Amino acid sequence: MHSDTATHPLPASASLSRPLVIEAGQFEQQYWRDLWHYRELFYFLAWRDLLVRYKQTVVGVSWSLIRPVLTMIVLTVVFGKLGKMPSGGAPYPLLVFCGMLPWGFFSTAISESGSSLVTNSNLISKVYFPRLIIIVSSVVTSFVDFLISGAFLMILMIWYRYLPPAAGLFLPFFVLLAFGASFGVSLWIAALMVEYRDFRFIVSYIVQFGLYISPVGFQSSVVPERFRLLYSLNPMVGIIDGFRWCLLHTQNNYWPGLVMAVVNVVALIASGIWYFRRTEQTFADVI
Amino acid sequence: MSSTVVSIENLSKRYTIDHRPGNRDGLRHVVESAIREPLAWFRSARQRKSQQVDFWALKDVSLNIQQGEVVGIIGRNGAGKSTILKILSRITCPTTGRVCITGRTASLLEVGTGFHQELTGRENIFLNGAILGMTRSEIIRKFDEIVEFSGVEEFLDTPVKRYSSGMSVRLAFAVAAHLEPEILIVDEVLAVGDAAFQKKCLGKMENLSQSGRTVLFVSHNMDAVRSFCQRGIWLKDGQLHRDGPVEEVTDAYFESIGNEAALSLANPAYGLKILKVALRNHRGEEVRQLQPGEDLTVEISYEAQKRIARPIIALGIIGVGGSCFTANMLLDGHRPSSLEGTGKISCCFRSIPLLPQSYTVRMIVRGADPSEVIIPYQDVASFNVVGDLAEYGYRGDFLQYAQRSTAVVVPYEWQLPDGTTATVSLSAPVSTT
Repeated sequence: MHSDTATHPLPASASLSRPLVIEAGQFEQQYWRDLWHYRELFYFLAWRDLLVRYKQTVVGVSWSLIRPVLTMIVLTVVFGKLGKMPSGGAPYPLLVFCGMLPWGFFSTAISESGSSLVTNSNLISKVYFPRLIIIVSSVVTSFVDFLISGAFLMILMIWYRYLPPAAGLFLPFFVLLAFGASFGVSLWIAALMVEYRDFRFIVSYIVQFGLYISPVGFQSSVVPERFRLLYSLNPMVGIIDGFRWCLLHTQNNYWPGLVMAVVNVVALIASGIWYFRRTEQTFADVI
Repeated sequence: MSSTVVSIENLSKRYTIDHRPGNRDGLRHVVESAIREPLAWFRSARQRKSQQVDFWALKDVSLNIQQGEVVGIIGRNGAGKSTILKILSRITCPTTGRVCITGRTASLLEVGTGFHQELTGRENIFLNGAILGMTRSEIIRKFDEIVEFSGVEEFLDTPVKRYSSGMSVRLAFAVAAHLEPEILIVDEVLAVGDAAFQKKCLGKMENLSQSGRTVLFVSHNMDAVRSFCQRGIWLKDGQLHRDGPVEEVTDAYFESIGNEAALSLANPAYGLKILKVALRNHRGEEVRQLQPGEDLTVEISYEAQKRIARPIIALGIIGVGGSCFTANMLLDGHRPSSLEGTGKISCCFRSIPLLPQSYTVRMIVRGADPSEVIIPYQDVASFNVVGDLAEYGYRGDFLQYAQRSTAVVVPYEWQLPDGTTATVSLSAPVSTT
């Protein structure tokens, strides 16, 4: 009984802390400082999600591998064997998997991060911390899956005795781009989903539709030249092409597509943060 | 050194309640209504407004809280207590007004926020602590203390879903109790847990307040509020109704509850209506105030349109700390043979040995079969006991604590080591020896 009665005295610096002002209709000035102050929560929420995901399933970690592998097999058969699409020299499964890697990251990220606010509604209504943290840690959780798939890709490359070209050094840039695209779209979806719960149907449709529209099962070079730029409006096109350029000896990259992707990602992130911050104050009231 | 740590100026919070029919929760409704009636969408902007009612959870509340104060916030459900805490905790934004907080704040609006059932107790301590704002190193430092406070040491590595509800609450509170903010905001979290645990938690909170921290405490447990807080704030319908020493404010609040209770004192199915409940002293005068040791008569005037055979009536005298004493026909068996037409029943409590506090009278009427409740148990009247305690043998220097002490005092006598005896009796004035 005695160890819990001693409470540490108030630190002397207490009275020196800057006052916090909460006012109607005002963006909190402290937001960015708060993000730093609550930085450990980024880690903790991601840790929680990963721990929970793998605690009960017998298959556990391998589940994040089985899905992309099966998809790869299906797409290889459909587009490669049946559709007889050109692979530009690389083994078709490898071509597909290089596309699956960023796409898998993006699609998992937007589905999970998109609903992350709603899933964590109990936190939102009871505790304060910058809600951006929920989105980011959710994207980070999807990133872990990405890394696991990436490890499998390496195994696949060893199997095919296929070495990536020198351009492979640029891979981190494209990974960052994929992260950016996932983050930007997730921000929009998450904020919209708080207000409009049925948005999740739109999300699952985007994910399904996107798998066939984006050059995952095929190379984007099969798209006719005059539509290529329009096609690149989808930021994942530029990203997937970039991944392929880094990892496979097949093609020259379509540079306008990449520029388009970068512009899109920046726009998505900027507008996403704007919309998110604008609606964040009402989350607790609406959720 | 008392500085203002929380200043609230003209704080208001509005919620808009949408009374339009149908579930408007989806994007498809927006699209549907835009397609189906595009003109109506513009035209009915005014109509939409009229069907949306503004609910002001807080109206123009202003107050200041000094460092080290322990403030209890009381009020009926829906008075705005939780809203004000949510605003102070930055969970929701004010509609108008301004709040200024100086110091590290921690809010406990719910016990076990963020607890995940699949994780073990150990993992949840870290998770919950982080969510409440503790850093990882802080949690590690306090880990053993937290575990000891919670008492779930042996089960630390089992998933929380296997814990009993009592264990989860204890664990959650143990984490929260080790927050050491400068300002602590607590919202009715003590409603869970057994009495022993609640006492432990209050004790811990008391330590916090003694070390100079400021505490804002919302509770319906008047006992806890009175024993723990110095200042009471009564919120009524979103406005600041009373602000002062905690005994004053809780007494006033308690009394107003008694006054409002004239509600369901009728049961049409049985044809019984309670016309009036009057409190009378030994001279038969109607009173709202009595002295300790006086006789209290509760007189119930009723109208029974249908004959009610052998009803069971029970009365309870309830103080701030709970039930004081009762008169119960269920036990004593002195039931009237019937209630018919208009009439009166009264009960005289002799020499009520009550300390000067506020009390309410509660009543329940059952039918011939005790499981039939005709008039449910509720407050029907209230009164105060006032008196000079010195006349009853009290000679202490701390009589202000009489407001918070156990209300019923059975006559007693101290035999002191020097051979003298001291008698205290609220039933009748005591002559000083």
